[in-house]
Amino acid sequence: MGFYLVQLLTGLSNACALFLVASGLTLIFGVTRIVNFSHGSFYMLGAYIAYTLVEQSSGAFGFWGSLLLAGIAVGIIGLIVELIVLKPIYKSPELYQLVATFGVILVIQDLAQWIWGAEDLFGRRAPGFKGENATVDIAGTLMPTYDLAIIAIALSVLGILWFIFNRTRFGILVRAATLDREMVSALGVNQSLLFSGVFFLGSMLAGIGGAVQLPKGGASLLMDFEILSPIFVVVVIGGMGSIWGVFVASILVSVLQAFGVLFFPQSTLVLMFLVMAVVLIFRPWGLYGKEESSTEHAAGEIKEPLREVGSKMKMVFLTIIALLIISPIFLEGYNLNTIIDVLVFCLFAASLHYILGTGGLVSFGHAAFYGGGAYAAALLVTYANTPMELAIFFAPFLAGFVALIIGWFCVRLTGVYFAMLTLAFAQVLWSIVFQWSAVTKGDDGLTDVYPQIITSGSILHYYVVLILAVGGIILLRAMAHTPFGYSLRGGRDSSLRSEAIGMDVKLIQMSSFVFAGAMAGLAGSLFVFTKGSVFPDEMTIARSFDALLMVFLGGVQSLTGPISGAAAFTLLHEWLVQITEYWRGCLGILIICIVILLPNGLAGIGELFRNIFTKTPKEEAAK
Amino acid sequence: MSFLNVKDLSKNFGGIKAVQGVSFSLEKGELLALIGPNGAGKSTCFNMLFGQLKPDAGSVVLDGENITGLKPRKIWRKGVGRTFQITATYGSMTVIENVQMALISHHHQGFSFTKRATKMYREKAMEMLELVGMAEQAERGTATIAYGDLKSLELAIALAHEPKLLLMDEPAAGMAPTERQALMALTKRIVEEKGVSVLFTEHDMDVVFEHADRILVLNRGQLLANGTVDEIRSNPQVQEVYLGGGTTFANE
Amino acid sequence: MLKVKKINSYYGGAHILHDVSLNVEQGEVVALLGRNGAGKSTTMKSICGLVQPKSGVVEFMGQGMQGKPPYHICRAGIGYVPEERRVFSELTILENLEVGKRSARQDVPQWSHEKLFELFPNLAERRQNLGSQLSGGEQQMLSIARTLMGNPSFILLDEPSEGLAPVIVEQMALAIMELKKQGVTILLSEQNLHFAKLVADRAVILESGFVRYGGTIVELEADEEVRTAYLMV
Repeated sequence: MGFYLVQLLTGLSNACALFLVASGLTLIFGVTRIVNFSHGSFYMLGAYIAYTLVEQSSGAFGFWGSLLLAGIAVGIIGLIVELIVLKPIYKSPELYQLVATFGVILVIQDLAQWIWGAEDLFGRRAPGFKGENATVDIAGTLMPTYDLAIIAIALSVLGILWFIFNRTRFGILVRAATLDREMVSALGVNQSLLFSGVFFLGSMLAGIGGAVQLPKGGASLLMDFEILSPIFVVVVIGGMGSIWGVFVASILVSVLQAFGVLFFPQSTLVLMFLVMAVVLIFRPWGLYGKEESSTEHAAGEIKEPLREVGSKMKMVFLTIIALLIISPIFLEGYNLNTIIDVLVFCLFAASLHYILGTGGLVSFGHAAFYGGGAYAAALLVTYANTPMELAIFFAPFLAGFVALIIGWFCVRLTGVYFAMLTLAFAQVLWSIVFQWSAVTKGDDGLTDVYPQIITSGSILHYYVVLILAVGGIILLRAMAHTPFGYSLRGGRDSSLRSEAIGMDVKLIQMSSFVFAGAMAGLAGSLFVFTKGSVFPDEMTIARSFDALLMVFLGGVQSLTGPISGAAAFTLLHEWLVQITEYWRGCLGILIICIVILLPNGLAGIGELFRNIFTKTPKEEAAK
Repeated sequence: MSFLNVKDLSKNFGGIKAVQGVSFSLEKGELLALIGPNGAGKSTCFNMLFGQLKPDAGSVVLDGENITGLKPRKIWRKGVGRTFQITATYGSMTVIENVQMALISHHHQGFSFTKRATKMYREKAMEMLELVGMAEQAERGTATIAYGDLKSLELAIALAHEPKLLLMDEPAAGMAPTERQALMALTKRIVEEKGVSVLFTEHDMDVVFEHADRILVLNRGQLLANGTVDEIRSNPQVQEVYLGGGTTFANE
Repeated sequence: MLKVKKINSYYGGAHILHDVSLNVEQGEVVALLGRNGAGKSTTMKSICGLVQPKSGVVEFMGQGMQGKPPYHICRAGIGYVPEERRVFSELTILENLEVGKRSARQDVPQWSHEKLFELFPNLAERRQNLGSQLSGGEQQMLSIARTLMGNPSFILLDEPSEGLAPVIVEQMALAIMELKKQGVTILLSEQNLHFAKLVADRAVILESGFVRYGGTIVELEADEEVRTAYLMV
């Protein structure tokens, strides 16, 4: 009996820790409609700052005071981020806001490493919760007392939040703004100040969540991404913007996990996502969420029609392809491999662009299909003795099948909801690969999956990658020009019109999602074909973000964007890694600058190119 | 049996009776206007006819076929074209491609991937554009054309699959007065040429009186009057509703 | 007090207001009449900053208001009561009022909960009820009360009688007359000519986004031609 009680309390304690962080995220989304990906970074900063403060302090007062101070400090950092990074882009398309907060993640990661070093730090135990007081006997089973303290802390925070939202003017304004921002401003409330206040409060909650975690788990540089998927899952389950929803979802997920671990120790992470999937089947907008007419142009409005490629542009393409064909003559080894990397990423980015640019659906989990294709190929080679050459052929189909399942859930939603859900499902896949080590070897990855006939590093190998990657990119481009691609674009421009001319928009989006997933799978299998191994890293949020950045850098507007973006990103990455240890931070600052200084992305530059290279209507008429 | 028969159409929104037992019919080649003050239920009615809303009760029979509660895309395939109050066109395509898309869909080619979309059904699309006087702008980007032209383009899209019935939600809204008359004159000409039936809503009474064959007046979800232009003009009940903003209000 | 000069507003690509000009003097009640779709709501929104006119001038107490954010315009003394009422559905009546509350202003009537509950007795009994639990008429009263909490010197009332039962419409008319007596200047939009006759001093008629007529209510009553042309069917 005691055992189950302790299990329940542990679950509740985890729920409380999760709630502290996730409540801040949902609060910020509710009022500002910004999905703050850097929320996990604020959580991590909370732990690090608390570590430093605790080391300087003494006594119970000093300890608990340090945790609180750390929260306030993180709140201030959040406020600074809001003022510098987000304030200028509140009116930009959602994609740019998401990319900007991702830039913040990179910067904070490197800042933390620079200040506190790469090693994990272990926090001091809380005074009064050490030695013989560290555990308490509950009906014969020992329970860490600090877990009980976390429950107490979270409940007090919930109480304080309740007081703020129901008894203070600020709280009432926040609730009103969550319901109708425009009306609040028409009643004389300065929105800008309100947003800043909410950002401070939300970030502070993340900071406190991180600080409270310190005596339990310490502080490490992985905390930011680790917390991201659980908090997004509970925010999505609870209904985005609902604090109460997050509380219920945190308890649901954590308690189920606490008991699930008894029965399926290998699949605790998957369990969390299963709960989410079940909830979303019945309530696509979460437990307490309301259906929202999301803005139709999450990736920014595209106003230029697709024109046939002009003769100058064709020359450029042909020249590049010709150069690629002859490059083994004067390049070898490392340089040839860099070209292969760029080609694979170009295909990956182009496949994301198909669904994001042409389809207007901002997918945040595209790595699921890239990694999915990679794992499909590697598993076929490892377990079915398939030759690698054949596995490349099957991988896109398996990745497409994965996209079919994920797409079924996701295409029902739009805008940030679609983004959140694709991200969550990508994490499901990642957690399966990560935890199901009997099959996937978990963190050790699948190695020695080299092709049998074509030796890696040979010229033949290079040409296989070249043909498949370039072929894939050309296929994606060609598809955009067919009725299938046009139907997808039509659904993005105006789903109302599509339905009114007899098109099934969701079915078109669904099949396009599968097609894009399959092409990402091809890129993933080419990756394995080249590297001879695959690790769960290929499925992480970070990998999905890489693809997004490539598409973003090249500009969402044009079909050539993802290719130049992928090339630029890969080369920039290679170069930054060579010159500085803190390449992430540099990249992050660069991303933030691009988002702020060019609030419409790189469209302006893209347009310039298009004007030079495409046929104008006049040219066409003259023909 | 008339061409379109609407019987006892009703819709509630959380206890509010938006449309209550509306019945009317539409003959072949007739231009029927649906008018009424704000909140009278015009949009709700329209959205039920085109399937964006499912009626709580009642039926819609088109040319002898019951189309009640079908999805918009199915109703479109039964030969119903639709234009919107706020234009819904594909901004990232050229003018002619917008019409081509309707034709591609009509020929069930939406999923085809063997041809370039922009080369399909061009002649037929151009014919449609000529009909509405947009042929010169065929190759322009849709995002760059004037609002009045967008309205004409919508008409071309709606006519592309040779519909039997056109539903036009405020076809003249947002246009300059001269453009309005021109667009409606064009619509009337097409109706006569092609034998299409049209049901339209409109705020501009000049447009309604000039072009409608018959007028329906909705008030508070109910059909208040159904008659010719002169009948409606001289109907005291209709006057009262319009001056009273929908409420019949005792003079003090 | 309020001068609108030649404003042009758009919704997407649609040109809604064409060179709309109108004046409202201190202490007046002016009715903006016209059939639906004439541009009344857009005129209201262009004044309070929720729609930005592409050209033209909005002057309030001698200060330019065009291009200013809505909260700034509200703080200058212009209160806005939207057509759809837009009460905060998950907030109680008292909380709704709290959102509208602003500090006192000189030379304008000051409002408190108690004073507002006197004006709208229906609200007093239900002060802890949520916005979503109120009837249409109560929501309209709450929406007006909420705006009055900002102690405005001028209010924009968008279709205050729309969709209300005749009894409630009468109450609404009495409340507006009371506001006028207290010294609040009002610009209201209406389709209901009977209602406008009860409360307004002057009328401006909009049609298809153009101003078609301006004059006193008495003059409008006498002018059957104008009435037939723009208000009747």
